Amino acid sequence: MPLALVDCNNFYVSCERVFNPRLEGKPVVVLSNNDGVAVARSNEVKALGIKMGEPWFKMEKIARQHGIIAYSSNYTLYGDLSARVMSILSTFSPKQEIYSIDECFLDLDGFDPQSLMTYGQIIRQAVKQSLGIPVCVGIADTKTLAKLANHCAKKGLAGADGVCDFGRLNDGERTVLFASIPVGEVWGVGRRITEKLLTMNITTVEDLRTANLERIQSQFSVVLGRTVNELNAIPCIELEEAGTPRQQIMVSRSFGSSVTCLADLSESVTYFTTRAAEKLRHDGSVAASVCVYIRTNPFKEDDPQYQRSMIVPLSRPSDDTTKLVQAALAGLKAIYRSGYNYKKTGVLLMGLQPKATIQPALFDDPLEQAKSDSLMHVMDAINKKMGQGCVGIAASGIRQRWAMRRERKSPNYTTDWNELPVAG
Amino acid sequence: MTSLIQQTILLPKVSKKSSLLPLFSHKVAAGFPSPADDYIEVRLSLDEHLIPNKESTFFVRAKGNSMAGAGIFDGDLLVVDKSLTPSSGDIVIAVVDGDLTVKRLIKRGDKVILKPENPSFKDIEFKDGQELQVWGVVTSTVKKFV
Repeated sequence: MPLALVDCNNFYVSCERVFNPRLEGKPVVVLSNNDGVAVARSNEVKALGIKMGEPWFKMEKIARQHGIIAYSSNYTLYGDLSARVMSILSTFSPKQEIYSIDECFLDLDGFDPQSLMTYGQIIRQAVKQSLGIPVCVGIADTKTLAKLANHCAKKGLAGADGVCDFGRLNDGERTVLFASIPVGEVWGVGRRITEKLLTMNITTVEDLRTANLERIQSQFSVVLGRTVNELNAIPCIELEEAGTPRQQIMVSRSFGSSVTCLADLSESVTYFTTRAAEKLRHDGSVAASVCVYIRTNPFKEDDPQYQRSMIVPLSRPSDDTTKLVQAALAGLKAIYRSGYNYKKTGVLLMGLQPKATIQPALFDDPLEQAKSDSLMHVMDAINKKMGQGCVGIAASGIRQRWAMRRERKSPNYTTDWNELPVAG
Repeated sequence: MTSLIQQTILLPKVSKKSSLLPLFSHKVAAGFPSPADDYIEVRLSLDEHLIPNKESTFFVRAKGNSMAGAGIFDGDLLVVDKSLTPSSGDIVIAVVDGDLTVKRLIKRGDKVILKPENPSFKDIEFKDGQELQVWGVVTSTVKKFV
């Protein structure tokens, strides 16, 4: 059963280039929230040896030397373009699994194997022409192999032009190709596993493919055993189509500048919980518990370091912002220690279930519940109409000193009437 | 003593107001059915009319009056479809020196011209070897009067 993995090239950078053609051919990097670390790099930046996750302050000098253009991440823009990419790609197969913001699997079962390369090219051209976003296509019999084929397509390892079909390789060609790729490139093989594999003399993809399955399973896990099977074209990981509701909702962010006092942390935790609760209600779910966490800046090695999280269960599952905020703040108060420069907090809503399925408890006041529901309904409606954050819990603060630093963010070209691209 | 004991007994909070629980909710039809019921059709949508290709359509703001002759003025909203292949005569958004510009595309033999529709602007000509990058095809403009 052949399937394709379609992956956008340097997606965030490509998004910026769509609306700013001047960036074409120039070294461009997109920084994480708060202008922290590199989360997307153009090929020109990769060629300069700048790694993914490298903090901006460490590359500022080399950036000046080579005229690297840095952007703050504009997730509003990337999210909109991602939805467009995925919608276009969905027309190429009856089954699609959206794997991340910039990649998806397409089921190509039943397609003529001889025409898959051409089909891959058609997919590439469709996305490029419709949106100006370049993509690569990897085609193979399992998800793990399709991921690897996509890697080969990107690096031009097996055939040029951004499409790689492992179905076109004979056994000998595949052995040579796999022996040239480091084992760390395999989907699900992280740094720690790579290091341990190294001690077993497994250094290339081919080494792992031909490794003894039982030994891998006993030394590592059933999961890595599945990977070995998948490398041998035995499908073990199913295509998951959209529609499975979220299991948890996470909202976290780094601060623009470090925060020390509990009052400021409380504001940010309230704000993040409010956002998470909105997502929760949008899904029609309720949460059973709230996890809150705080941490200092690990890049500031001279600063004393502290990080802690706490799960606060709710007396009954809820989607009420006020109840969730109450729980989150109680957790924050318990884990907060003074004397640290905090850089990040986050809120995680856990134990999600559809609201319609919860049982009313014995002492529930139905009037109270109805009041809470209509308050939340009005809050969401106002914020939808008047803009995010128009109405909220006063505890989230008005000045928001902890707000994100996004000094280099591009306009919201596709979602704000006042920020549309301009043509002279 | 008795009052102390009473205070430690936990009792469920009883709401003073009576709470009504809907047991059965169903609309009962009263009066006469509308004679138009069978004839109701979906209301016209401007989105549907102007945007056949939803995913590849973007809005661009026109700046200046180089296309006045085509009815495009400063501040007009341009509806741009990136998926269309431009042909000669189309109004397009093109990339010139890294900027977006709106002009009419004219192909004559090997020559490609971006033609403004305003006598006080000059044609932009592309000769052999110079590549013209078309960003999208303008399919309509939206002009608000109020």
